[in-house]
Amino acid sequence: MIKVEWFYWLLGAVFLAGAVITVRDRTNPKRYGSAAFWALVGLSFPYATFVSAKTAPPWVLGLAVIAMTVLVGARRLGRGTTEASTAEEKSASATRFGNKLFVPPLVIPLVAVIFAAVLAKIHFGGRPLLESGSESLIGLGVASVLAVVVALIMLRPKSVAAPLSDGHRLLEALGWSAILPQMLAILGQLFTDAGVGRAVGTVIGNVLPAGSLIGSVAVYCVGMALFTVIMGNAFAAFPIMTAAIGYPVLVAHFHGNPAVVFAIGMLSGFCGTLCTPMAANFNLVPVALLDMKSRYTTIRAQIPTAIPLLICNVVLMYVLAFGVL
Amino acid sequence: MPLLVLIGVALVVAGFALRLNPLVVVTVAGIVTGLLGGMSPLRILDEFGTGFAGSRSVTLYIVVLPVIGIIERFGLQEQARRLIAKLSFLTTGRLLAAYQLIRQVTSAVGLYAAAGHPQTIRPLVYPMAEGAAVRRFGRALPEKVLEKIKGHSAGVDNVGAFFGEDVFVAVGSILLITGFVDSTYHLQLDALQIALWAIPTAICAFLIHGSRLLYLDRQLDRMMAGVPRTPAPRPQAAAGEGTEAHR
Repeated sequence: MIKVEWFYWLLGAVFLAGAVITVRDRTNPKRYGSAAFWALVGLSFPYATFVSAKTAPPWVLGLAVIAMTVLVGARRLGRGTTEASTAEEKSASATRFGNKLFVPPLVIPLVAVIFAAVLAKIHFGGRPLLESGSESLIGLGVASVLAVVVALIMLRPKSVAAPLSDGHRLLEALGWSAILPQMLAILGQLFTDAGVGRAVGTVIGNVLPAGSLIGSVAVYCVGMALFTVIMGNAFAAFPIMTAAIGYPVLVAHFHGNPAVVFAIGMLSGFCGTLCTPMAANFNLVPVALLDMKSRYTTIRAQIPTAIPLLICNVVLMYVLAFGVL
Repeated sequence: MPLLVLIGVALVVAGFALRLNPLVVVTVAGIVTGLLGGMSPLRILDEFGTGFAGSRSVTLYIVVLPVIGIIERFGLQEQARRLIAKLSFLTTGRLLAAYQLIRQVTSAVGLYAAAGHPQTIRPLVYPMAEGAAVRRFGRALPEKVLEKIKGHSAGVDNVGAFFGEDVFVAVGSILLITGFVDSTYHLQLDALQIALWAIPTAICAFLIHGSRLLYLDRQLDRMMAGVPRTPAPRPQAAAGEGTEAHR
């Protein structure tokens, strides 16, 4: 069986290779601190395998994670300034290879499709070929490796290690935002375990307009969106808002169709995801990837869609779940 | 006083508002929330460790960076700009709207991992969206215009993926809904029904965001109206090169 853990080890190796590249990079004014940061991230991925299997103490990993933040907070994380190729070299290479350059990036979705649609259904001796629940992650991992192989064969760079150094330059552009999504996941877990959800549920429960169907629908949908803005994740908001309003008021009291209520409730949460810097992997990572000037540019582009869509959700739930039409 | 833990939320809001480093803000808010929730320091460290281990899947996209890096070295973004220069019917807005349609439909059939910001937006979609604008206006694009195109290039992937994937039965959010509701309230929800009822919102998302993208062309026209006609044959350098202003 192909396991997703293999790809976390591969990812750890990519980070560790980045640490080696960084420590030798004299154009990076903070090369030792930066190398320490990437090495900590790289070692954390394989160690986490044992934490997940409950064979290693999690607090060691917790210390490593906090050490990463300390390095960033103390401004020890920097980046090199060497470029892979000049604009002229890129232009000449684009002329030489032409549309063949699109082949490696197209390998990624192609292989991902094969894994999701075909290989995910294959079993050997009653066991699935791909670890169940992680099929698309495994597809992404295999696709990335195959795409590198295709690129090396097609483009023949001077060194076979070129993809590692080129990939690391992109990673340096991401910087600390590479681990921010995971840090937010940790915060979400801490929020949940410390009872933030219950506290917010209490506050929202107090503003619920008693007896009004449209009012309750609006509080559920808008509450899902606002809660998601705070937690950065609609998955964290769903159980709490559903326990506060979705089930007791909309389904049990007003007899709404549960499939409609919960489906549209979750999608209302997604409207919140479009509006929050807490959803770092969607809204902040692209800021680094596209080198935007403001941290909030992605969110600014999305809010004018999120608000009318949230209103649509309120109307759709009211009309579709309660037999209004 | 159970409401005390909300101080953690307030810290995050204040930290983001003051533009402090988000990584530091989030870590401090996590520690404070844990302490207010009555956790011991060791328990908080354990939470950081298990949280990191349990969330590794969100970082797996990093494995696509090596291939993206090498093909960018060989001029992929340049080639994407040249390709768009030949497809003159594709304006920035139409290109992004077409991407939204593809992203929503492929996500709806379960292929949400096939595209994303590192693997499609940075190497292909953004250079094409920018190239289409350079071709349309025939001069250098000011920072403000580039920033707007960047924001929409990133946003279109989010809107497409969010409101496409929920139409697919085996996606995490639907499994979460059925798992939570069935075990807590003893209902027997059909995942297919949940997926089906995601379609009306998916259509609304396509209409709302798609219209905004088509309108983007006119917004860009207006933003460019005041920009003097200085010939600038070389398009802007690739994203991610040089500046560090977003730090």
